[in-house]
Amino acid sequence: MSVLEKVRPEPPVTGQREPRVTDENGRRVRVGELVWRYLLLLAVLALTVGPFLWQLSTSLKGPTEDIYSSPPSFLPARPTLHNYTRVADTIPVWDYGLNSLKVATASVVTNCVGSALAGYALARLRFRGRRATTLVFVLAMLVPVEGIVIAQFTTMRELGLNNTLVGVVLPGAVGAMNVLLMRGAFRSLPYEIEEAAYVDGATVWQRFLRIALPSVKGTLAVVAIFAFMGAWDDFLWPLIVLSDPSKFTLTIGLNYLHGTFANDERLVAAGTVIAVAPLIALFACLQRYFFRGVGEGAVKG
Amino acid sequence: MATPVRPGRPPQIRIRRQLPLSPWLFAAPGLLVVGAFVLYPFVSTLVNSFTDRRTLLPGHFVGLANFRELLHDDMFWTGLRNSTLYILGVVPALVVLPLLLALLVRKDIPGITFFRSAFYTPVVASIVVVGLIWVWLLDERGLVNSLLESIGIGRIGFLSDQWLLLLSAMAVTVWKGLGYYMIIYLAALANVPRELHEAAAVDGAGPVRRFLSVTVPAVRSTMVLVAALSSVNAFKVFSEVYLMAGPTGGPAGEDTTLVMLVQRTGTGLTGRVGYASALSVVVFVVTVALMLLVLRADRREDA
Repeated sequence: MSVLEKVRPEPPVTGQREPRVTDENGRRVRVGELVWRYLLLLAVLALTVGPFLWQLSTSLKGPTEDIYSSPPSFLPARPTLHNYTRVADTIPVWDYGLNSLKVATASVVTNCVGSALAGYALARLRFRGRRATTLVFVLAMLVPVEGIVIAQFTTMRELGLNNTLVGVVLPGAVGAMNVLLMRGAFRSLPYEIEEAAYVDGATVWQRFLRIALPSVKGTLAVVAIFAFMGAWDDFLWPLIVLSDPSKFTLTIGLNYLHGTFANDERLVAAGTVIAVAPLIALFACLQRYFFRGVGEGAVKG
Repeated sequence: MATPVRPGRPPQIRIRRQLPLSPWLFAAPGLLVVGAFVLYPFVSTLVNSFTDRRTLLPGHFVGLANFRELLHDDMFWTGLRNSTLYILGVVPALVVLPLLLALLVRKDIPGITFFRSAFYTPVVASIVVVGLIWVWLLDERGLVNSLLESIGIGRIGFLSDQWLLLLSAMAVTVWKGLGYYMIIYLAALANVPRELHEAAAVDGAGPVRRFLSVTVPAVRSTMVLVAALSSVNAFKVFSEVYLMAGPTGGPAGEDTTLVMLVQRTGTGLTGRVGYASALSVVVFVVTVALMLLVLRADRREDA
């Protein structure tokens, strides 16, 4: 835990604007330097965002347009949404999207509730076995998921939950790392307010719900976002636990689409755009929390 | 009745009283999930690795038979080789490139928050989406080859050659990870005292020199953290190679990684759970060893 705490100050992606173009030390940036900086930034931008735009462009190209031309044509000559209706005819892409949404939403709810409760107990309540309980979560965080998927699969079979969406959600329902994140957030709150509430006769539950929880909304948002992203993007686990095509999530559906109709790039492109658009929208709205999550989440290794 | 006041006693211990059960009720959901779906599977992986359990058949204790079989399994060595190569290919790039990127987006010039967010987009996207985007880009007739052809280099079979495939998958891993580690480095760079840079500049050190003798030492502990995180993740690589090389791992399965082998061996109705568990144990051991190795390297440099 200590490594990142040492190096992480406030969220990095803010910064006060000053009328002149100055660097982080308040010195003026020279025009020549500014030019090469923007050139480099644009080059990296082309590399990181370009592939997404190319995919979008491919998905909008009609059946008569040559998508293999060399030199390539970056913009569709006659943009059409035809591929999006065709992908829905080929695989039940909207059902898969709904399955992904169910899984991701359930994961957000269980992670927020479960890790807030457990985190509060570990941070604020005193009980015999608290240290041991904390250790359990630390150990669980260190177990690599890839190493236990087979045993998770046999566990699900024993519970009769393989090939269900509940089975997709359960292993990640309360992430050990999220519990420890919440514990850290609760611990950093001042004791005095809760103490005052205790003196006024508030129960544990009231102190948790009315006083502590509202003060850790930021961390809770980070937990929610990473739970959503983790569930929406996950591939290995749903691939193992789901076998019935009607239960597929979007990622598994896309893999299926790719395997079955690999020669139709327009279709696959439309499918990937459908899968990635919601997350990019979410990211655009809630960037602050995404970046904050990196700082707090990097501890997990 | 007045309670006797003991002087010098800190008041905060009073918060201790509560129903004896309630802490456990608070921790129960988390403990249940973590216990049933992380710790129990972990223990059961260890146990199963000494049995010949299959998906539909309960296993018998077979001692070290699975591990002996590993030693003679060519596919295991292929997987171990590829996962190890993956570390060697990916980790240096993920330690250095995001640091350079962080330096590039660090200055608060107009529009920089847009660039920071844009560079982070690949992190947000699902690995399946990213994999399929690059499968299309690197296709025999895809964009990269069209560009290569139009500048006269000619088309390259990125996805048909065993080694080019592995390299392409590594490139995709690096591409997807850049933004994530960039944010980690940005936080670290904010802690480098600016006086150091100024002093170095006064002493006549150029930008490269300042990078090597001021920036790198200042963010060294972060570099170690990034190396640890990225090497563990690289060793566990699954999705990139699965998507780009196909479920069977490219030409003659030569691009299979260790986790792909786990998935292929252990799932399905005929899955060899026992043998896949033995493979998983290897994944554990190497993962833990990697972390210890990197952390020890850090300590040694400190001394």
